[in-house]
Amino acid sequence: MRHIISLLMENEAGALSRVAGLFSARGYNIESLTVAPTEDQTMSRMTIVTSGSDDVIEQINKQLNKLVEVVAVMDMNEGDHLERELMLVKVRAVGEAREEMKRMADIFRGRIIDVTDRSYTMELTGSGSKLDSFLQAIDTSMILETVRTGACGIGRGDRILKL
Amino acid sequence: MELTGAEIAIRCLQEEGVEYVFGYPGGAVLFIYDALFNQDKVKHILVRHEQAAVHAADGYARSTDKVGVALVTSGPGATNAVTGIATAYMDSIPLVIISGQVPTSFIGEDAFQEVDTVGITRPCVKHNFLVKDVRDVASTIKKAFYLAKSGRPGPVLVDIPKDVSNQKTEFNYPTAVSVRSYHPAQHGEEGQIKQAAQLLLDAKRPMIYAGGGVVLSEASKQLIELVRLLGFPITNTLMGLGGYPATDKQFIGMLGMHGTYEANLAMHNCDVLLAVGARFDDRVIGNVAHFGQVPRKIIHIDIDPSSIAKRVRVDVPIVGDVAHVLGDLLAVLHSSKQQPDAQALVAWWKQIDEWRGKNCLLYRNSDEVIKPQFVLQKLYEITGGDAFITSDVGQHQMWTAQYYKFDQPRRWINSGGLGTMGFGLPAAMGVKLAHPDATVACVTGEGSIQMNIQELSTCKQFRLPIKVIALNNRYLGMVRQWQEFFHGNRYSESYMDALPDFVKLAEAYGHVGIRVTKPSDVEGALREAFARKNDLVFMDFQTDPTENVFPMVPGGKGLSEVILAEDL
Repeated sequence: MRHIISLLMENEAGALSRVAGLFSARGYNIESLTVAPTEDQTMSRMTIVTSGSDDVIEQINKQLNKLVEVVAVMDMNEGDHLERELMLVKVRAVGEAREEMKRMADIFRGRIIDVTDRSYTMELTGSGSKLDSFLQAIDTSMILETVRTGACGIGRGDRILKL
Repeated sequence: MELTGAEIAIRCLQEEGVEYVFGYPGGAVLFIYDALFNQDKVKHILVRHEQAAVHAADGYARSTDKVGVALVTSGPGATNAVTGIATAYMDSIPLVIISGQVPTSFIGEDAFQEVDTVGITRPCVKHNFLVKDVRDVASTIKKAFYLAKSGRPGPVLVDIPKDVSNQKTEFNYPTAVSVRSYHPAQHGEEGQIKQAAQLLLDAKRPMIYAGGGVVLSEASKQLIELVRLLGFPITNTLMGLGGYPATDKQFIGMLGMHGTYEANLAMHNCDVLLAVGARFDDRVIGNVAHFGQVPRKIIHIDIDPSSIAKRVRVDVPIVGDVAHVLGDLLAVLHSSKQQPDAQALVAWWKQIDEWRGKNCLLYRNSDEVIKPQFVLQKLYEITGGDAFITSDVGQHQMWTAQYYKFDQPRRWINSGGLGTMGFGLPAAMGVKLAHPDATVACVTGEGSIQMNIQELSTCKQFRLPIKVIALNNRYLGMVRQWQEFFHGNRYSESYMDALPDFVKLAEAYGHVGIRVTKPSDVEGALREAFARKNDLVFMDFQTDPTENVFPMVPGGKGLSEVILAEDL
């Protein structure tokens, strides 16, 4: 099953390698991994999207907790949570497609953030599956380039990951 | 007063009460060696290869419950140390390794003797640090010792660039240390401990399985009390030997691939299993699915949550320090009105005694050729079971584990997890330095000993009268055994031709060498060797090349699918 694991870790050189190395060394999947400093500059927050059996996910959580630089770990899937990912998509926009692409962007609540006479660059946010749906909904031959940040997640309501 | 980073590093070692540093100098650690030269509290042992420095520090740590310390230079110094670090990591041994690094301004430029030491060692250390600021040297070393020794112990590496070791700052050794992201458990959860006690009291076919965690946590006393109180059978893993006295009647031998028949069958057939500081690894329980065929309740005590439920499902997990948890468990049992099921226990012991009756470690001795098992039995007799025994890896290691009955923890020093050939001799150096008056022997083979034989030179320089017991069968014995059983007797590259004359070799290094070719000479040779208190004696026992280690649970098989010598 797909899990979103969030963790707080020391904002130190090498901390990212420890986490990434753990996943490769123990053969765990990484679907996406995203990391940036938090409002507390000494800490970074990382979101890892992974998949595996319940036993594997349990081990992943334990192994992450064992890393000395990891301050706190939360498996988002253990409770209500929100997931968002940002995608930038550059599409062909000539002739009829110009209008069509604009409509699609509206339907998916995307925004066009760069325009040329031949292309649009759109910004979309949502869950990973929403972004997948957008890409499936448009003609793949129209896609010039995509870039995705990978998912980040946050607990709903009182579910807070903080030191 | 301001000190250089190098002086601070040495002062830190003094503050930590470090007696010995095992190391090898080089360009990037010259300032640290200079600081070492100007003091006499910390003694340096100059090894002949950095791998041996780490193994020696490891042997020192395993035999003392202290942190072992090694010092190596950058580049090849660090990479040579990696095998030693990984060995310690797999067996959870507390070490601090200080490595030199090229100056900070050179890092990343492929400088002479530069490697990414922190990157290379990352997967095989508990933690590591690159110290880029001289003001961080003291606090980092303090943290390194704390991390190495607390929680589940392990090696911690501190990489110090050359310029950092030469810059100056005020020296203040921190008195306390706290790492906000690191809180190892101590006490187990009370409810879980009560649940465990109930399971144990209700058990019909109970079994206690204790590993290296008992030794590391100094929990032998509590374990012995628990086992005697309950009257249950107990087995030790390879790493746990000595954690429970092997000559006790409730001890049913080591378990696992080369464990006793009775230990493996009791492990397989028990209805309640108490695992203490052990991790159900593949060499211990064999095939996991096969192990799972018999329904049993498992209680697992371990300080590392990730060791619990890693390979087998556990009914009662207890995260905590083994000594603490066993103490609390004893208190619960003492206050309970219920007694263990005496009737069920009688029946269970009857069954175990029946398995014991197989006498699975019996071997056919010979008047013609030296049987390795015979040498080890004699070694046990002559040393009164009271020596520190290190070993290398292979058949000789398994025979030692089977035939030398360790009654005390920290006496059996071997590389269980990583299985590092070349461990035994340097580890024995660390043990001998830690226990100068004790008898220290290294059981090895002609294959393993050659992986770090250069350390005979270190032994000469520092006058370490270790007894080397080489079981020389001219084969990489364990490889040969697997080739015989599983590869159609095709002994691919397992025969060692052109072996050196070990007697002359020992003599060349300034030691005493004895070659033993006849069974009738075994005892005399051992007595002579151990009588030479001040000499390193290298004993080359020419043993039966065809002897195999039994019992054996073949790889991928279950514990009850064991092959006994009599089956063949």
